[in-house]
Amino acid sequence: MTSYHLDHLQHLETEAIHIMREVAGEFERPALLFSGGKDSICLLRLAEKAFRPSDLPMPLLNVDTGHHFPELNEFRDRRAKQLGAKLIIRTVEDAIKKGIATPAPGEISRNKLQIPTLLAAIEEFRFDCCIGGARRDEEKARAKERFFSFRDAFGQWDPKNQRPEIWNLYNGRLNPGENMRVFPLSNWTEMDVWEYIQREKLEVPNIYFSHRRQAVRRAGQWLPVSDILPPKPTEDVRELVVRVRTIGDIISTGLVESPAITVSDIIAEIAAARVTERGSRADDKASEAAMEDRKKAGYF
Amino acid sequence: MISEDVMPAPSTSSIPHVPVDILRFNTCGSVDDGKSTLIGRLLYDSKSLMEDQIEALERSADITGGGQINLANLTDGLRAEREQGITIDVAYRYFATPRRKFIIADTPGHVQYTRNMVTGASNANLSIILVDARTGVIEQSRRHTAIAALLRIPHLVVAVNKMDLVGWSEARFLEIRAQFEEFLPRLDIKDVKFIPMSALNGDNVVDPSPHTPWYVGPTLLGHLETVHIASDWNLNGFRLPVQWVNRPNNPTDQSLHDFRGFSGQIAGGIVRTGQKVIAFPAGIVTTVKQIWTYDGVVTEAFCPQSVTLVLEHDIDISRGSMLVGLDHLPGSHSDLQAEVCWMHPRALQPGKKYYLKHTTHTVQVSVTEIVNRLNLATLDSDEGAAELAMNDIGEIRLRAAKPLVFDGYATNRLTGSFILIEQGTNATVAAGMLLPPREIVKPENGDYVI
Repeated sequence: MTSYHLDHLQHLETEAIHIMREVAGEFERPALLFSGGKDSICLLRLAEKAFRPSDLPMPLLNVDTGHHFPELNEFRDRRAKQLGAKLIIRTVEDAIKKGIATPAPGEISRNKLQIPTLLAAIEEFRFDCCIGGARRDEEKARAKERFFSFRDAFGQWDPKNQRPEIWNLYNGRLNPGENMRVFPLSNWTEMDVWEYIQREKLEVPNIYFSHRRQAVRRAGQWLPVSDILPPKPTEDVRELVVRVRTIGDIISTGLVESPAITVSDIIAEIAAARVTERGSRADDKASEAAMEDRKKAGYF
Repeated sequence: MISEDVMPAPSTSSIPHVPVDILRFNTCGSVDDGKSTLIGRLLYDSKSLMEDQIEALERSADITGGGQINLANLTDGLRAEREQGITIDVAYRYFATPRRKFIIADTPGHVQYTRNMVTGASNANLSIILVDARTGVIEQSRRHTAIAALLRIPHLVVAVNKMDLVGWSEARFLEIRAQFEEFLPRLDIKDVKFIPMSALNGDNVVDPSPHTPWYVGPTLLGHLETVHIASDWNLNGFRLPVQWVNRPNNPTDQSLHDFRGFSGQIAGGIVRTGQKVIAFPAGIVTTVKQIWTYDGVVTEAFCPQSVTLVLEHDIDISRGSMLVGLDHLPGSHSDLQAEVCWMHPRALQPGKKYYLKHTTHTVQVSVTEIVNRLNLATLDSDEGAAELAMNDIGEIRLRAAKPLVFDGYATNRLTGSFILIEQGTNATVAAGMLLPPREIVKPENGDYVI
């Protein structure tokens, strides 16, 4: 007697595949946002599950802030090549040169500059839909966002005016200039992502695993020492055994002291964790409503 | 509001993490029934909150709450909402216990309740209706219960909250239960559980209450962990709405040169290799040659798995087509009858054209008649309504430009549901539940041979 039962990961998987295929069916020029981070690694596997044996019916797109971990970019390029997928990279550096993005005086973070860079790429390639790896458990603003997140001609999200999403029926209709962001992992948690990586035996960038690194203590976090983040003489600098739990820019990603060297170790660590994933991201700590403000302006 | 010092410190012991399935539930109540507090309590007492979340709660408590932690702040996420003290739309929360993973759709109880509740509850296995023990059943409770019944949510929990404020009176609890039982028989709900609790103090939410020795049932979490949901999917009558035609056109790999698969999520039933299926709208019978998945070819697949089917014959099939098993046949009609929940400030206009999205198929429709409007206060149907306005529920007739292959919503949520989209603005304006087809398709007429 066969058991017609799906476990929680299989449920999340079939829901995500359904959403991926709705995108392929309803949009003319979709793109998949691929950073090389753990969530977008799951997205890529789901795309394979949705579309093989065909080629992926959409290119991969990455906005490179110029502050990425080099390990991440190396992984991103290699994985795209393995899959035979087209990878489009647009850099904040270029956007600044072209005058598309203008840094605020004295601001080192490239986080906000991703927004105009992304919007320019969407315009350049006339993408009508971008699939992203955002999850609702990450943050309060995301908890209220739809699978199909409608953006107006300026890329803006209006939380008070979202299309109702009922059953598995997604409304992907757009007028010219409008855009959709689609988040197939909306219902996944950090734990689900790692369990899926384990089940699917997915490779992830090595900075997710424990390694030795120079770290500087700043605002209650250990940040990686690098050319763009040199420690001040008064600061506490140590060589620590660390890993990253979530990957943002190299200047804002908190390092977690950890001995985890396998995916199983990471899963055990998350099960016992007492802070959320985004607790180690300085960009989200800026204010209670940091993510809400960025999304309204056109952020992923 | 509860003061910080009465909260137990979160346990540092790790819970083994092997949930076996997912339960989706939504919470409904009117503004002060303590809904957000209940969710906060579930998360807090099940150790699902992290230190930085508790820190953020404490920070906002210092600013707005006079130093008192407010569990409701956990779910009232956006700044705009906190300032106005309301909840916009639907917020989703996640937690897991060793037995199950839970997805909570938190839907607010204020003005746009019907629209929000339908959005939050459409995929739910279970709905929690909150009632304030002091006030008992109010019109909102009847509305929420009626909407849950309309959406055919399989399980219902009536959370009789704020029992501490009525002295933990069993008589009061039974009275409220009797109030519900007055109208429950008029609604099609099979499974209802009544639980006395205090979300504020945590009684009977995660831990059993010492104040209710007269209550022998499970706590709320105990019930959520054990309620039987395995049968909530429809395994009778195979349905595969085609989402995407998979044609690799691979010039180098000979085996893929002729590959032509039909990808979709099974919306009902079970499919096996060698089984006969009808391809709609062509109406032609063919055989399943192969069930392809990324993880290998399988001989059997079931709802709600996502698969790619290769068929014996070369038939005109594209996105919006439906593959159907020969048992439990669906209907195929252009004239449709449905219950709809109107979700847009611009009221439904008979005669106006809308897009209707049903499974993966979008067609133009016009509304030919409003048959009646449901009076949610009395649960009676008022005939002769001129329009359906935002948050109204009613029965309508529609004419579609092409026939829909469908089941009644009561038989299959996925092949019996649709949305209406306004032309021009592309706004989603209604959620629809189809009434059973007048007649099913009849392949024995010989219309369906190849």
